[in-house]
Amino acid sequence: MLDILASIVPTVLFFSAPLILTALGGVFSERSGVINIGLEGLMVIGAFVGIVFNLTFADVFGGLTPWISILVAMIAGALFSSIHAIASVSFRADQTVSGVAINMLALGVGVYLTKVWYEKGQTDMVAEPFNSQNIPVLSEIPIIGPIFFQGVYVTSYVAIIIAFIAWFVLYKTAFGLRLRAVGEHPMAADTNGINVYKMRYIAVILSGALGGLGGSVFALTIVSNFSHATIVGQGFMSLAAVIFGKWHPLGAMGAALFFGFAQSLSIVSSGIPVLEDIPQVFLLIAPYVLTILALAGFIGRADAPRANGIPYIKGSR
Amino acid sequence: MTSNNRLFGILVPIISVLLGLIVGAFIMVISGHNPIEGYIALWNGAFYDAFTIGETIRRITPLILTGLAIAFAFRTGLFNIGAEGQVIVGWLAAVWIGLVVDAPMIIHLPLAVLAGALAGGLWGFIPGLLKAKLGVHEVIVTIMMNYIAMFVSNEIVRSVLTDHNTSTEKIAATASLGSEWLQALTFYSRLHYGILIALFAAVVMWFIIDRTTVGYELKAVGFNRHASKYAGMNVSKNIILSMVISGAFAGLAGVMEGLGTYGNVSVISGFTNLGFDGIAVALLGANNPLGVILAAILFGVLKEGAGEMPSAGVPTELVDIIIAIIIFFVASSYIIRWALTRFKKEGK
Repeated sequence: MLDILASIVPTVLFFSAPLILTALGGVFSERSGVINIGLEGLMVIGAFVGIVFNLTFADVFGGLTPWISILVAMIAGALFSSIHAIASVSFRADQTVSGVAINMLALGVGVYLTKVWYEKGQTDMVAEPFNSQNIPVLSEIPIIGPIFFQGVYVTSYVAIIIAFIAWFVLYKTAFGLRLRAVGEHPMAADTNGINVYKMRYIAVILSGALGGLGGSVFALTIVSNFSHATIVGQGFMSLAAVIFGKWHPLGAMGAALFFGFAQSLSIVSSGIPVLEDIPQVFLLIAPYVLTILALAGFIGRADAPRANGIPYIKGSR
Repeated sequence: MTSNNRLFGILVPIISVLLGLIVGAFIMVISGHNPIEGYIALWNGAFYDAFTIGETIRRITPLILTGLAIAFAFRTGLFNIGAEGQVIVGWLAAVWIGLVVDAPMIIHLPLAVLAGALAGGLWGFIPGLLKAKLGVHEVIVTIMMNYIAMFVSNEIVRSVLTDHNTSTEKIAATASLGSEWLQALTFYSRLHYGILIALFAAVVMWFIIDRTTVGYELKAVGFNRHASKYAGMNVSKNIILSMVISGAFAGLAGVMEGLGTYGNVSVISGFTNLGFDGIAVALLGANNPLGVILAAILFGVLKEGAGEMPSAGVPTELVDIIIAIIIFFVASSYIIRWALTRFKKEGK
């Protein structure tokens, strides 16, 4: 039993980290009333920038490279998401359409630049990816140590810590209250002196930063290079986690962990008695089926923020 | 005012396309390519000879159908982002019938086409039902349905239709949309009779929306659900029906690929993008059947022409960037309208 847990838990954490980070981005954006289908594209940009930066500056920064890469990817994601913010907040574009365009644009730009800079469809493998490690001190604890802290990626714990920070920000600060107010009833918020547009811009840009972070963590832990097939659906799975987690940061984290679990099962299940017999396809579609069931109210009701998806036009009722 | 609106209705897409192409040219310049050579290569890729023209038309065919699918749903106030999944199940169902049924062409082909449309319709029915009965937002459900379609289809190809192969045998000739005549005409491109189905589907959409009571109700529900209910229309039924018809159009797009272009179905690692491109087609075509055909032609030409752009050193992905930018501009038409009115006022 201990062996099985010690093999599953690190894998789950490994697959969940990018989903957690990106889903938190989705929570910020949607809580402020802006639907973000573009999470997938933001992850693509994050993965692309993370990999390119790592390839270019590995010699300069050495062991610190992956950490600086994900910070740069975060900034790139934030900048890229401001396109979505401008289109959907200021230009009143349909948010779903703008999100779809973000996805197309991100993949187009990423692969285009890869071909221009590297003259082939994919980049080389990075020299300085994140490596799994035993976390000092904690990994020495009996039972818990081998399961949770041996052979894990530090980024997984960073993601979990950020989830708690996001919860604190959204539910325990004035800023978070304002952000949620803008997503529930923008006119009431406006009347109380909250700048709706500003809050929505901040929320969308935060979602870009977290999406970029998620994408770069995915690229630098799981695949180590960038091509058109690096990010295939992880962004949409994060979106599913946002909804399955009922637009709550910790809920989204839980959902992302669960989806990471489902994904890792389709890989490690061959070693585990009961799961071996489940056809892989059921594990693959599980996150999506569960999200539909959650939305339909079979697994507790999932209600979106009231003003989600509606552009706010000052002065209109 | 009405004539003004119609003028904007035509100007917004044209300006968006021009802006998209201009931005594309800028990107080529910045990345050190010659934009004129790039666009000439694109033109040649789409129109160089009879073969490329045949391939271009083949490329346009499913885009018309996914464009219609999304436009139809939009007209009734629904966003069918699940065309992608509906294409996959339509493709699978049509090929399945094409493989296992043994019948003369006059039965076999219509049966296979119908199976594809039905499968797509079924894939639209589920989100339609959830929206109508439980108020679940169709965007999320259809996205989830896309992935379910992909994984289930892959599993069926691997375990049911073949013995762990990655693609099926070719379908029987009696279920094929292939046309020796059209192929001979275009130096053996993969052009097939599907284009006729696509054009006919556009007429069907126009007829349903503009000439039938059903279409009137569907539009009414799209404009104002509560008013429609008050007027005695069955809102739930109309939402479901709209998603089913939309799904059927998308399913037919899959049929085009399954029975026309490829003649089989394979395990896929990512989406065909026909569904997402259909969103662009529907938007640019202003959700109108004729507009959809024109927009599908434009995007089909861009996508097919892109294949030739590497000859000028330009990566094919430039076209994806251009299409994304066009979508942004069309979606942000508010700002283009604002700019146009502004110019007009200053002119006076």
